[in-house]
Amino acid sequence: MSTRTVNQKAWWLVVPVLVLVGFNAIIPLMTVVNYSVQETFGNNRFFFEGVKWFEMVIHSARFHDALKRQLLFTAIVLAIEVPLGVAVALAMPRRGAWASVCLVLMSMPLLIPWNVVGAIWNIFALPDIGMLGWTLNKAGVDYNFTRQPVAAWATLVAMDVWHWTSLVALLAYAGLSAIPDAYYQAAKIDGASAWAVFRHVQLPKMKHVLTIAVLLRFMDSFMIYTEPFVLTGGGPGNATTLLSIDLVKIALGQFDLGPAGAMSLIYFLIILLLSWMFYRVMTLGEAE
Amino acid sequence: MARIRVEQVRHSYVPRPTREADWALKEVDLEWADGGAYALLGPSGCGKTTLLNIVSGLLHPTAGRIRFGDADVTASPPGERNIAQVFQFPVVYDTMTVYDNLAFPLRNRGVPEARIDPRVREIAALLDLEAMLPQRAAGLTADGKQKISLGRGLVRSDVNVIMFDEPLTVIDPHLKWRLRSKLKELHQHIGLTMVYVTHDQTEAMTFADHVVVMHEGTVVQVGTPVELFERPRHTFVGHFIGSPGMNILPCALDNGVARFAGQPIRTANAVARAPAGARTELGVRPEFVRFASAGIPVRVAAVSDAGRHQIVETRHGDTIIRLLVDEAERVPADSAHVSFDAAFTQLYVDGWLAGAGAA
Amino acid sequence: MRLALKQVVRRAGGQTHVHETSIELRSGGFNILLGTTLAGKTTLMQLMAGLLPPTSGEIWFDGRNVTGVPVQKRNVAMVFQQFINYPNLSVYENIASPLRVARLDEATVGERVGRIADLLQLAPFLRRRPSELSGGQQQRTALARALVKDADLVLLDEPLANLDYKLREGLREELPRLFAERPSTVVYATSEPSEALLLGGYTATVHEGRITQYGPNGTVYRHPVDLTTARVFSDPPINTAEVIKRGDTVRLSERVSWTAAGNVRTLPDGAYTIGLRPHHVLPAPGRGGVPVDCRVLIAEISGSESVVHFDLGGLTWVSLSHGVHRFKVGETARFELDVASCLYFGPDGSRVAD
Repeated sequence: MSTRTVNQKAWWLVVPVLVLVGFNAIIPLMTVVNYSVQETFGNNRFFFEGVKWFEMVIHSARFHDALKRQLLFTAIVLAIEVPLGVAVALAMPRRGAWASVCLVLMSMPLLIPWNVVGAIWNIFALPDIGMLGWTLNKAGVDYNFTRQPVAAWATLVAMDVWHWTSLVALLAYAGLSAIPDAYYQAAKIDGASAWAVFRHVQLPKMKHVLTIAVLLRFMDSFMIYTEPFVLTGGGPGNATTLLSIDLVKIALGQFDLGPAGAMSLIYFLIILLLSWMFYRVMTLGEAE
Repeated sequence: MARIRVEQVRHSYVPRPTREADWALKEVDLEWADGGAYALLGPSGCGKTTLLNIVSGLLHPTAGRIRFGDADVTASPPGERNIAQVFQFPVVYDTMTVYDNLAFPLRNRGVPEARIDPRVREIAALLDLEAMLPQRAAGLTADGKQKISLGRGLVRSDVNVIMFDEPLTVIDPHLKWRLRSKLKELHQHIGLTMVYVTHDQTEAMTFADHVVVMHEGTVVQVGTPVELFERPRHTFVGHFIGSPGMNILPCALDNGVARFAGQPIRTANAVARAPAGARTELGVRPEFVRFASAGIPVRVAAVSDAGRHQIVETRHGDTIIRLLVDEAERVPADSAHVSFDAAFTQLYVDGWLAGAGAA
Repeated sequence: MRLALKQVVRRAGGQTHVHETSIELRSGGFNILLGTTLAGKTTLMQLMAGLLPPTSGEIWFDGRNVTGVPVQKRNVAMVFQQFINYPNLSVYENIASPLRVARLDEATVGERVGRIADLLQLAPFLRRRPSELSGGQQQRTALARALVKDADLVLLDEPLANLDYKLREGLREELPRLFAERPSTVVYATSEPSEALLLGGYTATVHEGRITQYGPNGTVYRHPVDLTTARVFSDPPINTAEVIKRGDTVRLSERVSWTAAGNVRTLPDGAYTIGLRPHHVLPAPGRGGVPVDCRVLIAEISGSESVVHFDLGGLTWVSLSHGVHRFKVGETARFELDVASCLYFGPDGSRVAD
């Protein structure tokens, strides 16, 4: 006599999804693992090499450089986007007709296909015919992002901030909307200044939402490919060659499947590790 | 410490009110003495929270003024009115400890740390929070958090009045009783003016010295719990206060004498004649109805055991008359007679106590 | 429909929410689950409905073992504390929804919905959405939806808790009448002892996952099987004190004692705990009783009742009397203890005499 009142039939509905995910994700991932421990000289012949590629990648200076560039990029982008997004969310009206208008405006950058974003900024920043480039040069700044590493970085960061700050703003806005009026009323009665209200009421209540926002931005910026590729192609030289761009060069440009496979896995593990660390730090003290 | 006056306050949430129904508060005129315990009592939507928020400064009234003492504070923000408010659900600053929560209002006002410490400890002792001072406020139970909210108000020495907006809503029923008594005890010791908004007449009647009964944006009656209980000025007050509420019996008026069930009924108030077409009713609370050997004939319909007394529902024709009977007393099985205590039986004309006139 | 729980246990997340419970509920009347929040009332109801499987034990409806039967097949209706209605359906459609699931024809649906709507005074609101109704009307809609189903088992989980005081009173009076003519078994959870008493019927007191007593209201209230049950079924809380019985005398303190009477006299000498409800402690002159002179701590006068807290030798006791009795805080006043109504509890908490 079954004592279960739980219906197990629903699992059958999930099988197609499992098959799809397996086909599209798990099997290719296993293929990468396979490549990362083998060497090939073409003709579809593979030799087992063990951890040779992993050692090579970890000790390669090229990998270290790309990694440093990537970390620098992610750090700058997070440092700008998170506070800016929160500030924008605080400034957005919470009620009335203007609230809808602001929400739509904020959503727009997120709707643009990523390669189009790269293309827009590419043309926008061209020193001779782009609005930004031409204006800057006219104003006396010697600006050419195709030739100057610093200009390339500045443009890259500006593009990312323009594209993704809205995400942080929208998430923070959702978090702010969930705070009941009584908290603001009590703070008014307690005589709290606007800064105190932010620090003690708004920020703590936005904590969950901000955790999600930071994690998302961290992972996305660490994996970023399309926009910088379309914008600078990794140049000038390899000034803006971030990890993913480097990886694609090795895998598809040079067709070095072994090192590429190894690098992919190391890349994946770095993201996993850093995300986990971020998550632990941000949810410290949550478990009560 | 000050006397609070609410002068001809009217309020509408609609930008251009046109009809009667647009006004949340129709016209309120009240005066609250320094140090009193007051309750604003009424059903949902009667305007009591609106009035509370106007007095505390969280809402600016459409018309009318608020005075604290002699000063007109209508335009002053809450921070300048020296009030404290405890909300329906606990508002605590999660990131801070209980100690820091209590110290917060004082720190915001620039009070030196040396004076803050003894004050926080004094208030914590009063509220039985001493043991929890170093703990994080987020970890406390609902009634603990409400005490912190209350403590934040008490800790300031410049507070004129503490306002409570249905503070026991989220408290466990078996703890409600204790927190309610605590509030009463606090009032008896500290003597601050306290205004308590609720829809629960037990809470209002046990806490307050004076109760303001509100209905649909107007004040129906202001009085002590005893006055409201023994001499309600409107049938709404009679019905809303008391559990069960007052018996309202349609009656006829014959030359100044009320008649019900074909018998003359003696009432505490009297009016010689009622305007033509007016609705005349008798109001008598179940506590003042007794079984008697002679009187109004009734049929016993139902008996409820309420523990400390029995609530008997009797019927005279279609009219229901309820009475309270002692726990151990035997209730007649079928037909019986009831009589009313004349001192507590009142005549109402069109809902208002006859002879008292409409407010 | 006779509902029986046979040795039902429910464990989740390493905690036992319901300890081994066996109980048989009767139909044709209210079965009230009385207990504080988190006592296990909701879990018990979910087990009865089939929303949760028991960790062990069986659930029987009328001689049929329904333990593995999913809730959709158990013919159960449930009303919750929050007013749960389908927000985008009209009141009519809300009430009709269980009948539509049963695929009844339009005429039958219309007739039954109309009848229930009249019973609950919802007829003028049938075309409206729940969001346009007041709290009381929304809860009536939820009740109507539960009633129209003619279910074998109707579960009401603190349905009046979110309503205004007077609305609660009104609906509470109507509820027994609504269920009077039906053969359904009704289980009603509440945390207010006065509500349990006023609804009438049978009460099961629930405490920390156990049902301590189940029986007619009057019996559980006046003859609680132990101190825990007495505490659960008291509002205001029952006054307790330690007493010593020696021979024919029961002694509370140096100055307060009385003669043992009735079956108290037959108790062996020793220490006991007495429980005396506040309405048996009256200000003098009351109805006679053992006099005590105590300092008044808090006085709450509500017009209909006077609640006075006083200091009885270090304990805080409460007196609840009808009418108006004025006291000044700090003054010493005389109260009378109706010791004939005292409940006596042994060291393990079980009642030994009254």
